[in-house]
Amino acid sequence: MMPPPVPSSAPLSPPPGPSSPTLLGYLWRWLLGFPFVVRVRGLAMGTVSWGRAMVTAVPFLWLLLFFGLPFLVVLKISFSQAVIAQPPYTPLVEWLDDGVMTLRLSFQNYLLLAQDSLYWMAYFNSIRIALIATVCCLLIGYPMAYGIAKAKPAFRVPLLMLIILPFWTSFLIRVYAWIGILKNNGLLNNLLIGLGLIDEPINMMHTDFSVLVGIVYSYLPFMVLPLYATLSRMDDSLLEAAADLGCRPGKAFLTITLPLSMPGVIAGSMLVFIPTVGEFVIPDLLGGPDTLMIGKVLWTEFFSNKDWPVASAVAVATLLLLVVPIVYFQKVQEEGAKRAEEARK
Amino acid sequence: MRRWRSSLLFTFMAFGYAFLYVPIFSLIVYSFNESRLVTVWAGFSTKWYGELLNNDQILSAAGLSLRIAVLNATGAVVLGTLAGLVLARFGRFRGRTAFTTLITAPLVMPEVIIGLSLLLMFVAMQNVIGWPDARGMTTITIAHLTFSTAYVTVVIQSRLSQMDVSIEEAALDLGARPAKVFFVITVPVIAPALVAGWLLAFTLSLDDLVIASFVSGPGASTLPMVVYSSVRLGVSPQINALATIIVCIVTVAILIAGFLMHRQEKQRLRL
Repeated sequence: MMPPPVPSSAPLSPPPGPSSPTLLGYLWRWLLGFPFVVRVRGLAMGTVSWGRAMVTAVPFLWLLLFFGLPFLVVLKISFSQAVIAQPPYTPLVEWLDDGVMTLRLSFQNYLLLAQDSLYWMAYFNSIRIALIATVCCLLIGYPMAYGIAKAKPAFRVPLLMLIILPFWTSFLIRVYAWIGILKNNGLLNNLLIGLGLIDEPINMMHTDFSVLVGIVYSYLPFMVLPLYATLSRMDDSLLEAAADLGCRPGKAFLTITLPLSMPGVIAGSMLVFIPTVGEFVIPDLLGGPDTLMIGKVLWTEFFSNKDWPVASAVAVATLLLLVVPIVYFQKVQEEGAKRAEEARK
Repeated sequence: MRRWRSSLLFTFMAFGYAFLYVPIFSLIVYSFNESRLVTVWAGFSTKWYGELLNNDQILSAAGLSLRIAVLNATGAVVLGTLAGLVLARFGRFRGRTAFTTLITAPLVMPEVIIGLSLLLMFVAMQNVIGWPDARGMTTITIAHLTFSTAYVTVVIQSRLSQMDVSIEEAALDLGARPAKVFFVITVPVIAPALVAGWLLAFTLSLDDLVIASFVSGPGASTLPMVVYSSVRLGVSPQINALATIIVCIVTVAILIAGFLMHRQEKQRLRL
């Protein structure tokens, strides 16, 4: 039995803010008011209550304060200029003696970003490496996810555990392991020389290749898990029907399995692509001085050049670059959740 | 034909798992190497473990990291449970899109951006309200809480939406207060997800280098920060020894978790 639904016209309790429709008043009403007008289901707090509002407000305000607000600060600082001071940037708003407020926006950082080819190269290279890494993860991860989904039920959990286990060990240390493997006198070169395949070591460290290996290695579980989730939910009777109707297994895979697993492909690709664009640790440890990636550029601007405004502008530009894939990812996630909800009903 | 395909699949999987595990095994093997050179085998030795256990810098960094990780995991489970409840139970409300965006964005946000933005805000807050007066454990914990809450929320939300809501409804119909329903009914049902979320947040915090580097201050170095600076200087067998210890702890923890889950599943089937 459903608890009595709250009429959607339930009166908003007066917000503690000013009741006149000032901007602040709207903000208050919006922040405190939204949990009151809701449809109720399950552990819904029955009546309109403060409990409900608190449950929503605590995580919401936390994230607003420590995730949303910091972006506004970054945006603000990206329009100021670096100075040697504490903090090392010029204020945007200054009060002059006679009570006049001046607002000074500097677009210099963005001009620098647009004019200096270093930043263009870094953005371009980040996207290129992220794309190649995503495709590699997909090529390695799809057969693995498919194999796990098709394995005997008793093997599935151990196989999945083995995918997840590296994820629980230190990321930094796993990247470090590749230094020992890819170095000139490292394990891989020693092995290849020992087998007589090559005469002198191939230079693999500090190249785009080593960065790609590191990224594919670190992000492979993020590709396999969503793929497994969609592949294991698939209805096998579709394949049986196709086989009964004389469809070859290869064609059945291309026309049935692959299209049905697209949500997993998209989710996995996004989970690899988006963080990879801003990756810092892997290009720093495995890449060379000419491996330009945007995460490393941001890090250098901040820690080496101590130029906070340029670092902020780099962050804003990166976000603009990633906003399309991020929004797309969220839409796919929402739709997936909705579909799961409907399937449950 | 069928045979051929399944052996192809087997080859792919073997290759994939080898790719995942060869680096980890190479770390473990060379942690027992006598030589300082990580790639030349010079006989079995456990001396690097001895040196690791006498390395005060690493030990104190590990202590700080563990304290932050415990605080972070506990806080993230509280925040993540609240957020999961909102997403799984409160239906549609004004601001739901904003709420979902705020919750899921940290999952895909590059770490350098989260780190930079939080640091800049901490600096701005210090100028305006005088808090936080120093950067270190507090600021790192806040930063970790912010991004690990997102992961915990996803775990708990999915458990909550799989759960049978009718038992909650029954308790509400019988007159239990919502808070009581939550603690007496919902929490025990979602307990495995709470544990999983706690462990996930714990690991994420213990693993983070980038965000901690931004928001940390002088004198507060977490374990990844110390590992990173020693790795930058070159390969060190002590790091291999540390890696081996971490891998052992994780393997044991996962085996125990797997065993408990297996037993629970069996009990449930018996009922």
